[in-house]
Amino acid sequence: MSNVQELTRTASQIRRDIVRMVCEAGSGHPGGSLSSTDVMTALYFHVMKHDPATWTRSGKDADVFVLSAGHLAPVYYATLARAGYFPVAELGTLRKFGTRLQGHPCVETGLPGVFQPSGSLGQGLSAAIGFALGKKMDGEKNYVFSLLGDGESEEGQIWEAAIFAAHHKLDNLIAFTDWNGQQIDGAVENVGGLGDLADKWSAFGWNVIVVDDGHDFEKILAAFEIAKASVGKPSMILLKTEMGHGVDFMAGTHKWHGKAPSAEQRDAALAQLEETLGDY
Amino acid sequence: MKEYIVTGKKDTRSGFGDGLYEAGKNNPAVVAMTADLLPSLKMEKFAAEFPERFVECGIAEANMVGAAAGLSLTGKIPFIGSFAEFVTGRVYDQVRQEVAYGHTNVKIASSHAGITLGEDGATHQTMEDVALMRALPGMVVINPCDYNQTKAATIAAAEYVGPVYLRFGRPSVPIFTPADQKFEIGKAIVFEEGTDVTIFATGHLVWEALQACKVLEDEGISAEIIDIATIKPLDEEAVLASALKTKAVVVAEEHSVHGGLGELIAGVLARKAPTPMEFVNGGDKFGQSGSPAELMKAYGLDAGHIAEAARKAIARK
Repeated sequence: MSNVQELTRTASQIRRDIVRMVCEAGSGHPGGSLSSTDVMTALYFHVMKHDPATWTRSGKDADVFVLSAGHLAPVYYATLARAGYFPVAELGTLRKFGTRLQGHPCVETGLPGVFQPSGSLGQGLSAAIGFALGKKMDGEKNYVFSLLGDGESEEGQIWEAAIFAAHHKLDNLIAFTDWNGQQIDGAVENVGGLGDLADKWSAFGWNVIVVDDGHDFEKILAAFEIAKASVGKPSMILLKTEMGHGVDFMAGTHKWHGKAPSAEQRDAALAQLEETLGDY
Repeated sequence: MKEYIVTGKKDTRSGFGDGLYEAGKNNPAVVAMTADLLPSLKMEKFAAEFPERFVECGIAEANMVGAAAGLSLTGKIPFIGSFAEFVTGRVYDQVRQEVAYGHTNVKIASSHAGITLGEDGATHQTMEDVALMRALPGMVVINPCDYNQTKAATIAAAEYVGPVYLRFGRPSVPIFTPADQKFEIGKAIVFEEGTDVTIFATGHLVWEALQACKVLEDEGISAEIIDIATIKPLDEEAVLASALKTKAVVVAEEHSVHGGLGELIAGVLARKAPTPMEFVNGGDKFGQSGSPAELMKAYGLDAGHIAEAARKAIARK
């Protein structure tokens, strides 16, 4: 279980991994990967009960994580690798033909740590619900986590899942949203017009925790503690984040949702991110 | 031909409900889920006796598919039930991503399939579901012919490891296969051996094919009747052996002309044993309101049309 200082160092390295692997792949999704790096780091290096050495796709006797916003594969893969699920060197194979690190996470290539494919938005939360249901049926007291995008929350199925989880009192389900306010065609408030996510999730009967700075580890960890204590209600942690956070020319714009940096841009980005654990 | 004793009349969806109950009784991992269609899917007995293993999902089929996938990974064997259209067309992406691409052990219990759904009409009647489901890699597609076969197929589906699409119907139809049969996924069943023409049939059209067989026999035509209960994986060996023997083929199904059993067998024969073929199916049309029997007749899905197709196929030899 890492402390805040260690989490900060790990997150910095994961940001370097993201920028490098997407550049090398020539495509991929750096913006949202960078905005969710801190919460993913907190999850895998502090919050989640898991062990890569004994991991199975059943998630038995451990916490489970389902990436619903599947395009955030870069941060997911980097986090899994740094947490010990597969060799860090493999990160350089992102999206290459024959890779285990497909453009969007899948189970076909047998990449350790991945529970379900995702990429078609709005579906992962339902799979997470399935895990949560199974654990309840088995009397297992572990948690199921899921990362959603705010743009993704425009998908209707997210709200089918929201109704179901609250109705079935899945208090072992902790979802969190990378509320960076951006999507492909522009700012969420202009494109999808989602409105206030806190009001919406609350209205659907969830235990809502808003983290006003989704890059502050103290606040992120505190939010998960509150979520874990929820009784009778699933939890939604809404993290206000900045798309492209950590790289000044990627931050605060929608433009880096799905664009790969050039070699020059990558180098400019890396100059802003401390190498802490050693580049792959 | 043999004599087929009709031991009763029952809807194939009851075969599913009873098969589900049997499977659930024998295996505590079996879970039943529905999208607000508990009585239609005949899940009442299961739900009453195993309430902790019954999950009501409400009118939210997409979530039901994903939840079933996640649940299956924890070791459960979920059967998700709704009307055929709502577990295929409506949620095609979800089935593709969560079940097929996820290789999850989810069983899709698809009720009221085909035109025989009846009076509700075409918004509810799907004649495209087999085409959709068989296009998914790794999806097993089963369309049993009567109550007994459906019950056995349900039990087999629970035992099989992998995604299964199990398609059955709403109306009462004759029961003519043995009770307590063991269903073998992937095996074609030869009901009648013959030499002049092969009639491959599936689901509700198997009984019709047997009636056609009698009519043809009276005309001196020897028809081979084969029940393709498992559409995918197709028993290619049995299909080829019969086509090569009789050299004339009819395929009968309660499905669109597009992408169902007819085109599947046509694909196999075109590649390996080109044979004159005639097809009995619902054509390129939507369904409509009517009684199941009226609709079968109106859409040409009966013994008379099968017999006519057989004569045509023979004439082209």
